[in-house]
Amino acid sequence: MSRRTRIAVCCVALAGLAALLVASVIDLPAFGHYQGAYGNQLNREAVPERHTTNVVTAIVFDYRGFDTLAEEFILFASVVGVTLLLRRAKDSEDEHEVLRKAPDDRTRSDAVHVAGLALIPPLFLLGLWLVAFGLVTPGGGFQGGVLLAGALFVVFLAAGFRAYYELTPTPWLDFAEGSGAAAFTLLGVGALLAGASYLHNFLGPGPRGTLDSGGSLPLLNWATALEVTAAMLLLFSEFLERYVAPGVRPLP
Amino acid sequence: MIPLQLAALLMVGLAGTTVVLARDPLRMTLLNAVYALTLTILFLVFQAPDVALSMLVVGGIAYPIILLAAISKVRAKDDE
Repeated sequence: MSRRTRIAVCCVALAGLAALLVASVIDLPAFGHYQGAYGNQLNREAVPERHTTNVVTAIVFDYRGFDTLAEEFILFASVVGVTLLLRRAKDSEDEHEVLRKAPDDRTRSDAVHVAGLALIPPLFLLGLWLVAFGLVTPGGGFQGGVLLAGALFVVFLAAGFRAYYELTPTPWLDFAEGSGAAAFTLLGVGALLAGASYLHNFLGPGPRGTLDSGGSLPLLNWATALEVTAAMLLLFSEFLERYVAPGVRPLP
Repeated sequence: MIPLQLAALLMVGLAGTTVVLARDPLRMTLLNAVYALTLTILFLVFQAPDVALSMLVVGGIAYPIILLAAISKVRAKDDE
């Protein structure tokens, strides 16, 4: 295909896209005029019903808990996929061999070392805070979980691969990730045992605006945090093992 | 629309354009993190702090780390 034809085809496609965009924007409700009946109803009823002052978390872990279950398993499946692609064949190499083969990447710069070490505790605390208070103020298990993983990743930046690898042993991460996903699923089964539908909030709402409010909601929140933290760390670990052992090819 | 919201939208447009215009993957990754930061500000300005936090941790931590590891791996392969 010549350059001219390509440009002509591209112009036709762009004109079509522009027409569709304009057509869809024309019928939008005016800016700032939200028209979703479901959202307004949840805004009215979530706090009196569930006693969690952050309505978003109430939706994620309660009203739409089943959607979150699916999202958990999307993350779970994608981490399994990455692990299958990147992890070397079983038995060919154990933990010690990974550490032995890793190049000496200790941080040479004092500034990076000190700044990194100073950054880890506040980041970790902020992550825990985001998870714990996710049902009272903005935050939640996902955001806090990624931040917790990020805090541990700074160990790699500040101290090198060995320190990071010894702090986050892969078997523990595998276990933690599975436990988080299992805890979420089993809390849903708990609702079945209590005689309600799957993932129904079967514990009382508790006092309003505290860490106890929301019944089974904070438990689902912590289960998600565990799963997300471990999943992120597993992803980092798998990629880092590739990074420190560039000579070793992944399985065909 | 208040001026602050307009400014946030313009910043997102600007940052997004710089990501597209960058050709070097490393530069693109860092610019993409800046783009994520402008999106975080946008969500905050439009009063969606939960979404802003999600954007911040995904665009500022998870995505850049994986991209950087992949780029480093590809470069190591090129050097061999």
